[in-house]
Amino acid sequence: MRGNAEAHELIAPGTLPAVLDLLASAPGEWTPIAGGTELMVAFAAGRLGARKLVNLWGIPDLRFIEVTTENIAIGACTTFVDLRAHSVLAAELPLIAKSASWIGSVANQSRATVGGNLVNGSPAADSSPALLVYDAEVELVSRRGRRRISYAEFHTGYKRNVLAADELLYAVHLPRRFAHHRQYLRKVGTRRAMAVSKVALAATALLDGELIGEIRLAAASLAPFPTRLYKTESALLGQPIAKETTEAGRRALLAEAQPIDDIRSTAEYRRRVAANLLQEFLLELSTEGPSR
Amino acid sequence: MNAAWAAIHFTINGKACAVQAPPMKRLLDVLREDLRLTGTKEGCGEGECGSCSVRMNGELVNSCLVPVLQAEGADVQTVEGFATNGILHPIQQAFLDCGGAQCGICTPGMLVATAQLLARNPHPNLAEIREGLAGNLCRCTGFMRIFESVLAAATRAPESEAKKASHAR
Repeated sequence: MRGNAEAHELIAPGTLPAVLDLLASAPGEWTPIAGGTELMVAFAAGRLGARKLVNLWGIPDLRFIEVTTENIAIGACTTFVDLRAHSVLAAELPLIAKSASWIGSVANQSRATVGGNLVNGSPAADSSPALLVYDAEVELVSRRGRRRISYAEFHTGYKRNVLAADELLYAVHLPRRFAHHRQYLRKVGTRRAMAVSKVALAATALLDGELIGEIRLAAASLAPFPTRLYKTESALLGQPIAKETTEAGRRALLAEAQPIDDIRSTAEYRRRVAANLLQEFLLELSTEGPSR
Repeated sequence: MNAAWAAIHFTINGKACAVQAPPMKRLLDVLREDLRLTGTKEGCGEGECGSCSVRMNGELVNSCLVPVLQAEGADVQTVEGFATNGILHPIQQAFLDCGGAQCGICTPGMLVATAQLLARNPHPNLAEIREGLAGNLCRCTGFMRIFESVLAAATRAPESEAKKASHAR
């Protein structure tokens, strides 16, 4: 059945304080909508459950990239076109622009927002693995105040997160301390353009001589939500770049990953490809010499 | 429940317009039904095929994914804004000359996406053209003639012309 526009309310309070007032006045009743690349698809198909929507698109307080000495703050309604065009992000945190370039087409990237990608919480979310290996934090805001938590603790289950009924995702914060890390991100999908990932792996690492001195790994589509792979990291941390280490990393990842069979791929394929991606990253570490 | 209709004002191909519509009505449907601008086509209705591409405030968007309330105050450009006084826009002429259009359903979206690409990058290479049009599907041409059309349009149109035609910011 097609969506019926008259069955859904959509209002535009126009400012962030006005949106927060609305959410506080009726917690859980209003669903925020930004670029609409998820919700309007559901709407068109007649399966949008939300009857009351509040517009965030066009609120300037939510669309910004602010660079300070130690941090880059990205407003929740910043689009992936915005992220791809930002020179500091490109220079220091290139995985952000790389993942943004995979999000659908130009037309999708000019509307889809980083906040929407995270709040929607797809296990396959394109921006998530990169944000996780950069130690991103998310700032949540409501009439009650602001709080800031690690993005790794934002998702709590399949399409579930820590947002309270009156809260909005306000910004993503990225520390500026990864410019010299070795960085890796690869998505495997059905085709290069417009494909949802079957699996994606991101990594940042620092070498300490011959040893892996620091490592972060994160994946899409290996769990009910985008996740850090802490156990696999532990298996690699402090180890030398060697065949045995790669084998141990592969084993740890195969044990830690919990992929499922679905319309896009199988659990078995995801597991094997994820292990191969990890191996590719470790090979890059070994062949490109010490961290720049 | 019947949501209250809203009065929405925006600019369409340089002209101010006002419509009364449910705020969740898709910009695509407002263009086609309320404004009778049927050049913009509906293909998939879910942001995958690009047939409904229009430019909104200088950015390429799928009009099937824009609730019309979000077009309030916007500058919207559709394929109807391309030709002037019966003279085809250079991008349209290039598609015609190079066989870039066959059945025509994807063509308006292809033209709009091309205008967006050339506004940002007046002389794209083949890889950049492929990326710029990755969200626009064609089932007739096999794409090669479309890419050739874009190359031809980029070669012919002076930079200023491409920018002017596409309302670059």
